[in-house]
Amino acid sequence: MLAVSKISFERYFEPVFQPVSFKLEAGRLLLVTGANGCGKTTLIRVLAGFLHPSAGAYTCDAGSTAYVGHHLGIKDDLSVIENLRFMRDFLGVSSRNCKDVVIRLGLGRVSDQLARTLSAGQRKRCALGRLLLGNSELWLLDEPYSNLDQQGVGLVDDILTSHLSAGGACVLATHGKHRPEWASSHDYHLVSGAVEC
Amino acid sequence: MPAAFLALLRRDLLLAFRRRTELLFPVAFLLVVVSLFPLGIGPGPALLARIAPGVIWIAALLATVISLDGLFRSDFEDGTLEQFILSGHPLTLIVLAKIVAHWLVAGLPLVLLSPLLAIWMNLPMESLGVMILTLLLGTPILSLIGSIGVGLTLSLKRGGQLLSLLVFPLYVPVLIVATAAVMAVSDGLPYGAFLGLLTAGLVTCVTLAPFASAAALKISVS
Repeated sequence: MLAVSKISFERYFEPVFQPVSFKLEAGRLLLVTGANGCGKTTLIRVLAGFLHPSAGAYTCDAGSTAYVGHHLGIKDDLSVIENLRFMRDFLGVSSRNCKDVVIRLGLGRVSDQLARTLSAGQRKRCALGRLLLGNSELWLLDEPYSNLDQQGVGLVDDILTSHLSAGGACVLATHGKHRPEWASSHDYHLVSGAVEC
Repeated sequence: MPAAFLALLRRDLLLAFRRRTELLFPVAFLLVVVSLFPLGIGPGPALLARIAPGVIWIAALLATVISLDGLFRSDFEDGTLEQFILSGHPLTLIVLAKIVAHWLVAGLPLVLLSPLLAIWMNLPMESLGVMILTLLLGTPILSLIGSIGVGLTLSLKRGGQLLSLLVFPLYVPVLIVATAAVMAVSDGLPYGAFLGLLTAGLVTCVTLAPFASAAALKISVS
């Protein structure tokens, strides 16, 4: 689904990470780990197409890509349900009931509250609703576990499991200790300026 | 795609309604600027009538530039812009939806207020219709051209100041043509050609400006 060949990215002529190569098949999860500043977010943003790699190339034959990063892409002045309704109508690919998604995300109690009044973890859950509403084949998740409680971490693992068993693929960057059960043995460990496989 | 266009338009109008106090700033600004002129220049009816088209139009330019910075700023800061780019919808049409929403909340009120401003400035009644028409044709051009400048200055912390330097020179032709049309009416000259020029400008901007803005936004996100 995603074939990456020796991509690297330089900022002010300094490499953020050394050339990275991997192949991601449907139904597989690639876990990108490493210390702060080793280039996990940059790699994800290159794969999302926001940044152009300084060298190398990648091909992606996924129909569409979903991205959840540090900027959550939810509007503070809309309620949880309004945010999700907009995501659904804008993506235009799903007839899913937003109320069901709200309950799945564990936000049933706050669905009519403005997003600005939510806690960081609740905002994260709201942003993750994007994954449930779209039908993207490739997910790019940058620190999806941050700010989430134990139950929220379980929620991410659950939706990830159903996505992968349905033939989707995912690149997940995390610095934390938690590893989703689908993580395979040949995941990338980015070290600043070098790659260990 | 039409569904996404409408969804975005509806969302932006809802967001504008949620922050309706912010909508009042450009309108209040316009009223204050125009009302300062009779105080500063003197309330002579003939003089005011002569400068009325220019004053109202310059105030409209200033009010538009004030409201422009918010066009993409919040979407840029909260990551929504990244989602727009990734959505697979043409960014050009997304930009157009945002500009339409911007004009409806920031440009249209200026048009609706113009009869009141015309009375303040002692604009002859026979010129009023053409004045409104030039604003109706011209303010969307201001939003469209402005969107390019906003896209380019988005990643700067204090982009607003640079924005005004960027877009004011581009607004000059609109200002000249629009005020010339209104003055032609007062002088009893034909004004059709000026309105034709404004319409042509509007068509050109609707066709081309969203492409330029979309390209500028992509640069700002990377």
